[in-house]
Amino acid sequence: MRQLKTNAFAWFLLLPSVVFLALFTFYPMGKTIVLSLYRKDLTTRIPEFIGLDNYIAMAGDSTFWKVMSNNLWFAAVTVPASIALALAMAVFANKITRFKYWVRTSFFSPTIIPMIAVANVWLFIYTPEYGLLSRAINYVGQGNLNWLGDPKLVMWAMMVMIVWKEAGYFMIFFLAGLQNISKELYEASDMDGVGGWTVFRKITFPLLMPTTLFVMIVALTNSFKWVDHLWTMTKGGPDNASNLLLFYIYEQAFTFWDQGMASALTVVMIVLLLVIAALQFFGLDRKIHYQ
Amino acid sequence: MRYLTKLPQLLMFIVSLLWAVPLVWMLWTSIKPKSEALSTRFNFNFTFDNYIHVWQSAPFDRYLLNTLIIVASVFAVQLITVTMAAYAFARVNFIGKSLVFLVFLMQIMVPNDVLIFPNYLVVGEMGLIDTKLAIMLPFFASSFGVFLLRQAFMGIPKEYDEAATMEGYTKWQLLWKVYFPLGRPIYIAFGLVSVSYHWNNFLWPLIVTNSIENRPVTVGLAIFGLSQETGAQWSEVSAATLIVVLPLLLAFLLFQRQFMNSFMHSGIK
Repeated sequence: MRQLKTNAFAWFLLLPSVVFLALFTFYPMGKTIVLSLYRKDLTTRIPEFIGLDNYIAMAGDSTFWKVMSNNLWFAAVTVPASIALALAMAVFANKITRFKYWVRTSFFSPTIIPMIAVANVWLFIYTPEYGLLSRAINYVGQGNLNWLGDPKLVMWAMMVMIVWKEAGYFMIFFLAGLQNISKELYEASDMDGVGGWTVFRKITFPLLMPTTLFVMIVALTNSFKWVDHLWTMTKGGPDNASNLLLFYIYEQAFTFWDQGMASALTVVMIVLLLVIAALQFFGLDRKIHYQ
Repeated sequence: MRYLTKLPQLLMFIVSLLWAVPLVWMLWTSIKPKSEALSTRFNFNFTFDNYIHVWQSAPFDRYLLNTLIIVASVFAVQLITVTMAAYAFARVNFIGKSLVFLVFLMQIMVPNDVLIFPNYLVVGEMGLIDTKLAIMLPFFASSFGVFLLRQAFMGIPKEYDEAATMEGYTKWQLLWKVYFPLGRPIYIAFGLVSVSYHWNNFLWPLIVTNSIENRPVTVGLAIFGLSQETGAQWSEVSAATLIVVLPLLLAFLLFQRQFMNSFMHSGIK
């Protein structure tokens, strides 16, 4: 009887959360899996069961593969770049005694700015001729590059912007990690006359490994989640050169109203995120100790 | 040799200056007269005209109000759902605990951000398209908040429970009269992360709203920017961007330490 009462109390406490999770996480996930097996677009009003045809079409769609490779490429560059920079920021911000407030503020401020505002700022930086970057380049030499209009450059431009946006956020995790490293280790190596770079390589970096792995997972997830800037800056263009998976889903769903394909793409996205989660759970999580 | 060891520090200091350039430049552009937006000549002509013009030509007051309503309502509801669930996980032994834990974990692994399309259909089925409620509903449950708070609740000494039981408190009263106030620092941390997230959220509100009455400030900004693409309007887009960014930015400049500590909590799982 007492058991039953405890269980009932627990379920009463969990109920509000579970209802919202069921409605907006589990139900939509199920819905998208089912709908991915149907044809439902502007010409097909009543959904028609087509099995795996959406997935087959996707596998043969060169735009899909372009978007996927863009996204993987995007992750492969921004994840290590922002981690390396964040680590450098943290070590620096931890060491200095003067300008501490300024340095931390400067590095962290992009974190609290909405992506859509970041897009506006960087749109003006990348604008040919009048943009800040073009002016800076013209000041030292010649050259008028259309950063967002050139399929070869646009991805790099976006990568730089994302690293600017998220490196400061990752910095705070490394700052926290640095506090946990015993001061005695540094004092001992100082007495032995070991150089700064060796200290970083032999002490700081290995001891920060758990933090690095955690940040890596967050950065990896972010590279699939962040697409707001595309709406303002390029709409995925030119010729899908800057398009990313989530924005492609958005286009399929709300520009072309191909609901079956949008669902199939969402399923791909879910699988990708679950793989990342599994990576963390099985491979890395055991080594991550935080606080 | 001594200079050589200082070199990385100098380099990072330069990086910290570079890091501020985009925002400083935006601020600069927003207070320059429109006619000088594209000029390269340096001078000290400042004006608030851009801000005034933005305020008059687009309903940013309404957008800001909408964002405030959304942000406050989401956090208010989360406060209740998160507190209840965290208490269940931290202090009640019930059947299927690990399974329910997995259910909550799912929201962290597959965040709402990527479920925009199916959730649009769900909100549509509920007949809530173009309402503020549609923007808020998917976020009323927060697994992140639950896990964060669960950890804090587990750290509260059991003696409090005993003392409260002696006083004749029920479990429900214990939760709201003892645990809730003791969790304050965690609520502040969670609150800052939640508020920042919803202040900044864009794609989901863009999809489920299509009227000025319901649009948050991020969507308002994007639409404003769209209508003024030419270079001559830079000053105004800059001013509009700053209107959107400023509230959080000012809060951050005032409470830098609190902000950074709070965002750090998002690392705990």
